[in-house]
Amino acid sequence: MSKTTAHSVVAPTPTARRVSGAIVILYALITMIPLAWIVMTSFKTPPDSIAYPPKVLFEPSLEGYCNLFTTRSRQTPEYLESLPAPEPGCDAIVRSRNMVIAGPSNVIPRFTNSIIIAFGSTFLAVFLGTITAYAFSRFKVPFADDILFFILSTRFMPPIAVAIPIFLMYRAIGLSDTHLGMILLYTAVNVSLAVWLLKGFIDEIPREYEEAAMIDGYSRLHAFVKVVLPQAATGIAATAIFCLIFAWNEYAFAVLLTSGTAQTMPPFIPFIIGEGGQDWPAVAAATTLFLIPIFVFTILLRKHLLRGITFGAVRK
Amino acid sequence: MAEIRVEKLHKAFGEFVAVRESDFTVADGEFFVMLGPSGCGKTTTLRMIAGLELPTSGRILLGGEDVTFNRAAARDIAFVFQLFALYPHMNVRQNIGFPLKCEGMPRAEIRARVEETARFLRIDHLLSQPTSRLAGGDRQRVALGRAIVRRPKAFLMDEPLGTLDTEFRDLMVRELRELHMRIAATTVYVTHDQLEAMSMADKIAVMNRGDIEQFGTPQEIYDRPATMFVADFIGSPPMNFLAFRGSVEPGAASVGINGAIVDIPAPREARPEGDLALGVRPEHVRFDDGSKLRGTVFGTEYLGTTQIVTVTTAHGTVKARLPADIRAEAGETVGLSLRSERLTLFDGGSGRAIRTAQNEGTHHG
Ligand SMILES: Nc1ncnc2c1ncn2[C@@H]1O[C@H](COP(=O)(O)OP(=O)(O)OP(=O)(O)O)[C@@H](O)[C@H]1O
Ligand SMILES: [Mg+2]
Repeated sequence: MSKTTAHSVVAPTPTARRVSGAIVILYALITMIPLAWIVMTSFKTPPDSIAYPPKVLFEPSLEGYCNLFTTRSRQTPEYLESLPAPEPGCDAIVRSRNMVIAGPSNVIPRFTNSIIIAFGSTFLAVFLGTITAYAFSRFKVPFADDILFFILSTRFMPPIAVAIPIFLMYRAIGLSDTHLGMILLYTAVNVSLAVWLLKGFIDEIPREYEEAAMIDGYSRLHAFVKVVLPQAATGIAATAIFCLIFAWNEYAFAVLLTSGTAQTMPPFIPFIIGEGGQDWPAVAAATTLFLIPIFVFTILLRKHLLRGITFGAVRK
Repeated sequence: MAEIRVEKLHKAFGEFVAVRESDFTVADGEFFVMLGPSGCGKTTTLRMIAGLELPTSGRILLGGEDVTFNRAAARDIAFVFQLFALYPHMNVRQNIGFPLKCEGMPRAEIRARVEETARFLRIDHLLSQPTSRLAGGDRQRVALGRAIVRRPKAFLMDEPLGTLDTEFRDLMVRELRELHMRIAATTVYVTHDQLEAMSMADKIAVMNRGDIEQFGTPQEIYDRPATMFVADFIGSPPMNFLAFRGSVEPGAASVGINGAIVDIPAPREARPEGDLALGVRPEHVRFDDGSKLRGTVFGTEYLGTTQIVTVTTAHGTVKARLPADIRAEAGETVGLSLRSERLTLFDGGSGRAIRTAQNEGTHHG
């Protein structure tokens, strides 16, 4: 008698499962190391941050965050003596470096700019993308294939290839260093991706849903809002995440086109200079804070993504 | 409720004609079935009636009013889709109440109407369930509920049982028929299943490649097929055709098929010498040793009380429905007699039935 063990033809064996699990965890750890290092650095003191060999264990400090949010000036010991005792917190930390807080830094306006521009352009790109994709999916658009190809072709070259013309154009029409200019630019880059992604999702939604709604007395627009949008939610969430990630992280255009009013975080962060060079803990603190919104946004939408609105009510 | 009238309805997609000059009237309260093979234009016709597709030409009248170019929303029709199209992001209650919400009906009234409808369809216990977890039959009932809750002028149903398994199908056929008896709503029902059509319809239109081949009651369609296509499409096994050459004189009592004289219902029109086909239902074929119409038994299919015996003849294969106790051995030579008054003569070229005493008054599409 030969011994046979029953196992599924499709399910992975326990060994395969363990090996693949280990690989995934290992990969996750490797990709997490730089992130973890940045968060750690943000809690180091400047000397600790550039210590060699690098310090893995250190005494946490809020100096990076204090430096990020303030501008400081060095004072003579005599002057410092004459001041009243520092309040605990940033005041004390700064004082210990023989400096006083001169005022707030630009980080809050820059952060606000990033939020306005990234979320604004994401909203616009997803909005335009959804209605465009719907039109391509449901109506007979003349030369639809050619137009869709043209829309896609705007992504064939890296956006930065057109940086100089855009720079000149923006300067000429006064869009340089404005929120509107940056929103329009990021929307233009993202909208092609949004159209293509969303068209795929909307194509998957059977027309019968809207048709049923239209027969039940709804206008097309109403049916679109009540029936198509809820079912495209998964696709819209996914598209929004992609668009947001691009607009949030975009560096090249931001460096080129913004300097003050509309400057976003990416060009701001590398230029956080401390005394005698780069203030690494402050840079790391800025980066850590910069990661949070997109992290939260993704987590929020992740629930939505995973819920996977099923198309189960329509049997294929 | 209202009568539906379709006049010279035509739909072409570019060169391709999906529906050709269709004409029919569904009387108020009638259960009308459009029957035909896949791709014959049933759905297209239905979509034009619903207002989801604009006809190339022709008119659609609903309760006497010309609605040909009205928007779907303005027609007051309910549509049950083949795939039910239950909104996955709403539960059963919301699905059924959806059409009422559009009319701006007050919440309390919607609630009452939805519950009444659900009780009527015996799905009131499912109201708070998400639609994705429903079984096929319940899904079907929810789709019906969404259709009847509004009390529309007419119901259109596109193969609503197509995705159900046979067992459920029989049950739903009965339920649908019962539902129709209770609310007597004008209904256009599309199917490619002849059994469904025969068991539910007041009137049937048999379609083929965009044409309505015949329009009539199930009995008419079965007993007096207007074309060979209809004769072949309806019945299982379908009608047998004995091909032969000959001519037809008005009033003649018989035709000669290769020396065998077969009595026929008296023709009402003449046909010159040409290809003809004699159509006979399997239940109208008998074994008869004296008959000159002879063939060889090819095989038998036992069905309990009856059996289907396949006989190969010089004019084509003939299937006979015979009592199960008649012995028929494969290879045996048998004579066949046909029940004269139930025979249909067809023109072999056009496939059309030749008018006889038997099929007078049959409607072509
Ligand atoms: N929008 C369209 N564009 C081009 N051809 C179409 C379109 N809609 C339908 N057709 C064609 O018209 C013909 C009839 O289609 P229809 O859907 O009415 O058939 P049907 O009788 O409902 O068949 P089935 O039983 O498969 O549902 C088919 O050959 C189909 O390919
Ligand atoms: Mg169809």
